[in-house]
Amino acid sequence: MQSTPRRAAVIGGNRIPFARANGRYARASNLDMLTTTLDGLVARFGLAGERLGEVVAGAVLKHSRDFNLTREAVLGSRLAPSTPAYDVQQACGTGLEAAILVANKIALGQIESGVAGGVDTASDAPIAVNEDLRKVLVAINGAKTVQQRLKLLAKLRPGQIVPDIPRNSEPRTGLSMGEHAAITAKEWGVSREAQDELAAASHRNLAAAYERGFLDDLVTPYLGLTRDDNLRPDSSVEKLAKLGPVFGKQLGDEATMTAGNSTPLTDGAALALLGSDEWAAEHKLPVLAHFVDAETAAVDYVHGRDGLLTAPVYAVPRLLERNGLTLQDFDFYEIHEAFASTVLATLKAWEDVEFAKDRLGLDAPLGPIDRSRLNVTGSSLAAGHPFAATGGRIVATLAKLVHEKGTGEGGRKARGLISICAAGGQGVVAILEAA
Amino acid sequence: MSTDRFRDLSNTALAGRLGVPRVPLLRRYEPGQALLPGPALVTSVGAGRFAKPIAALVEESGQHVVDEVGDQKLAAVVVDLTAAVALDDLAAARAILTPAVRKLAPSGRLLLLGPEPAEASARSGVEAAATAQALDGLVRTIAKELRAGATANLLVVAADAPPAAVDSSVRFFLSARSAYVDGQVVRVGVPVGSPRDPAAMDSPTAPEKPLAGRVAVVTGAARGIGAAIADTLARDGATLVVVDVPAAGENLAKVANRTGGTALQLDITAVDAPERLVAHLTQRHGRVDLLVHNAGITRDKLLANMDPDRWNAVLNVNLRAQLRITEALLADGTLLQDGSRIVCVSSQSGIGGNRGQANYVASKAGIIGMVRALAPVVAERGVTINAVAPGFIETEMTARMPVGTREAGRRVNSLRQGGLPVDVAETIGWLGQAESGGVNGHVVRVCGQSMLGA
Repeated sequence: MQSTPRRAAVIGGNRIPFARANGRYARASNLDMLTTTLDGLVARFGLAGERLGEVVAGAVLKHSRDFNLTREAVLGSRLAPSTPAYDVQQACGTGLEAAILVANKIALGQIESGVAGGVDTASDAPIAVNEDLRKVLVAINGAKTVQQRLKLLAKLRPGQIVPDIPRNSEPRTGLSMGEHAAITAKEWGVSREAQDELAAASHRNLAAAYERGFLDDLVTPYLGLTRDDNLRPDSSVEKLAKLGPVFGKQLGDEATMTAGNSTPLTDGAALALLGSDEWAAEHKLPVLAHFVDAETAAVDYVHGRDGLLTAPVYAVPRLLERNGLTLQDFDFYEIHEAFASTVLATLKAWEDVEFAKDRLGLDAPLGPIDRSRLNVTGSSLAAGHPFAATGGRIVATLAKLVHEKGTGEGGRKARGLISICAAGGQGVVAILEAA
Repeated sequence: MSTDRFRDLSNTALAGRLGVPRVPLLRRYEPGQALLPGPALVTSVGAGRFAKPIAALVEESGQHVVDEVGDQKLAAVVVDLTAAVALDDLAAARAILTPAVRKLAPSGRLLLLGPEPAEASARSGVEAAATAQALDGLVRTIAKELRAGATANLLVVAADAPPAAVDSSVRFFLSARSAYVDGQVVRVGVPVGSPRDPAAMDSPTAPEKPLAGRVAVVTGAARGIGAAIADTLARDGATLVVVDVPAAGENLAKVANRTGGTALQLDITAVDAPERLVAHLTQRHGRVDLLVHNAGITRDKLLANMDPDRWNAVLNVNLRAQLRITEALLADGTLLQDGSRIVCVSSQSGIGGNRGQANYVASKAGIIGMVRALAPVVAERGVTINAVAPGFIETEMTARMPVGTREAGRRVNSLRQGGLPVDVAETIGWLGQAESGGVNGHVVRVCGQSMLGA
């Protein structure tokens, strides 16, 4: 063990193209997608038969049979079966939180290499039996005599056939994530035009990134899909303006959130490869970036004044302060586009004097960012957002971006900020720096 | 891959009674297989300097060598005619070969070694040149007359080539690895570059793993012949870097993991592709011992209907990318080292032309031109460059051909069947060995002695 923590290196990543739900990957399970993505990573970095420190991943929508999802993926992959693995789950923050866990272990010298990320399918979602039926079945299972069983069987009712389908809503508010985001958008006065512009830019940037081959070593095709099928290279503000609102409809004319400026339900998986500099050198693998630091915040969106997806607004100032940085000290900002309005509300909050003073406890707001540095190769609005997969996608993408740039202003190493909002009022943020 | 049902039927008892010509089942290489399945006749006419070392090579492989034809079936017949200078020597060769071919076993190997006609002429006069050239026609004819999967090939050996220069070629042509290489004439000169791989210097080269320690790059490796090349080179001990377009990445990853290599998704026609390939190889390996330019596409049209898109797409992938990548690797100066080998996949139609494939044929013929022009240039660095020209190979592509065309393609060769992707791969494996430095600037056909373009 080392007395001073070292920095974990981000070596690269792999993901499969993200597919809109009930589409190309309708019959693929989380285990299928995670195993394939892991094998793609193995192929890219020549890790067949290799024992890694650990593989950490998770899924938000998960079958009970997948209790050991990541370990099962490792066993089905070309990695050495002696590679340990475990699952984590922090909603949309899963992938980035997994990367933080792996990076920390590497920093402490506990492991030399690791893979982090996640997978999600909205197509092959677990459907549970009706809660009434479940209770009867559990009781039957526990019954000791035939008589007891028959008595319990008599309690079965036709209505219990109706299954329990997972919903994209917060258990404590009953509101969907989109409805929550619509409240925040209204609060911050985020305009429809601004949201559509952000969405169009996401599509434009991701399409351009594909065109210049930026994703050649980040994505491996799967089931015949070679690019994210949510991507609309010809998307434009004009086309997006024609869509009707889908969230916050009670606002009438003031509703701003459409299917175009919100992420669709998506299937996919993404992983990032991390390691120590020494491990990378031994394996002749490139170090694209170093994992500098990370922070996770949570807000009380149930009883408090904060919006469901606004935790990163709190996490970032804490992270900046600890690292002696300002919000302007970055060459790239990867702010997860759960909804265009979420990104824009977050930026507005960081620019707001009152908010800085009253809520963040800062003398001055963090201030504006150079928007040309935001999600430069597109983000979730274009690529899609399989919940737990987004963190792995962003870590690998940003690592490559800072590596390409090399140095930023004044010759310092290029630096990037990741900000991911998550259900349950949580937010995970991190800093990567060019190696 | 399509299956050759006629071959299977022709090998049934009923077909035999009906007199249907039998399509032989070719013996192919499997790991652990002996060089030869039976004894070999190794002899020479005159004072050939190769017969003895070749006999030793065969004996070392564990097989029995005889110096004249007896009652036994022969797995191979090797006649060293490098000292042949006169028509009397040809008559002596005939006296050996006539009884020998009768004793040649199924999938037997007949290998002649002869002098270069030009050298023979300069040294011993016109009759020597005529004698040398006669061997060329002789071997092509024997190949056509042999049955049951037996092959005949000729090594034309330069006068100044040391005996060991032919070793890897002799092993290839005697073994089952050369199953579909028939009626070929291959020139072996003074070896270019180190015959031993620097990376494998510490450990003796195992005959099982002739490519041990070598880093091989294969383009177009996701499917078909490219995937077979990757599998075969990995089997022979090479460390693989498999390359294909990003859209083929799903299969490419499987090939990489199957072979324990790495996948590089790269459109080789991209402007920055050579630069990215060089950077990747420098980072990951620091060397390239074998570069296989295999990637190729077809966009068939009669020339009268050929549009620029079809033309350019095929020329860019099949030829321009090879030119640019080779140029970049040579300019880099560190990746290709003494003993490195380049093998390009041309095509039989690049030699003979093919209706409806003007673009493809131009690209594949262009490859031959490139190989011949680069051979003396790369030789200065101890590197060789050769081409293989596959004939009718059973792939997904040929499986899609109309039945008539496919059957015709399969049968118009001396072995009366299509080759397999592995046959092309084995040939590349031979040319890719450090030990094969004697063969440079050559085009080896893998076509079962096809009549097309011959």
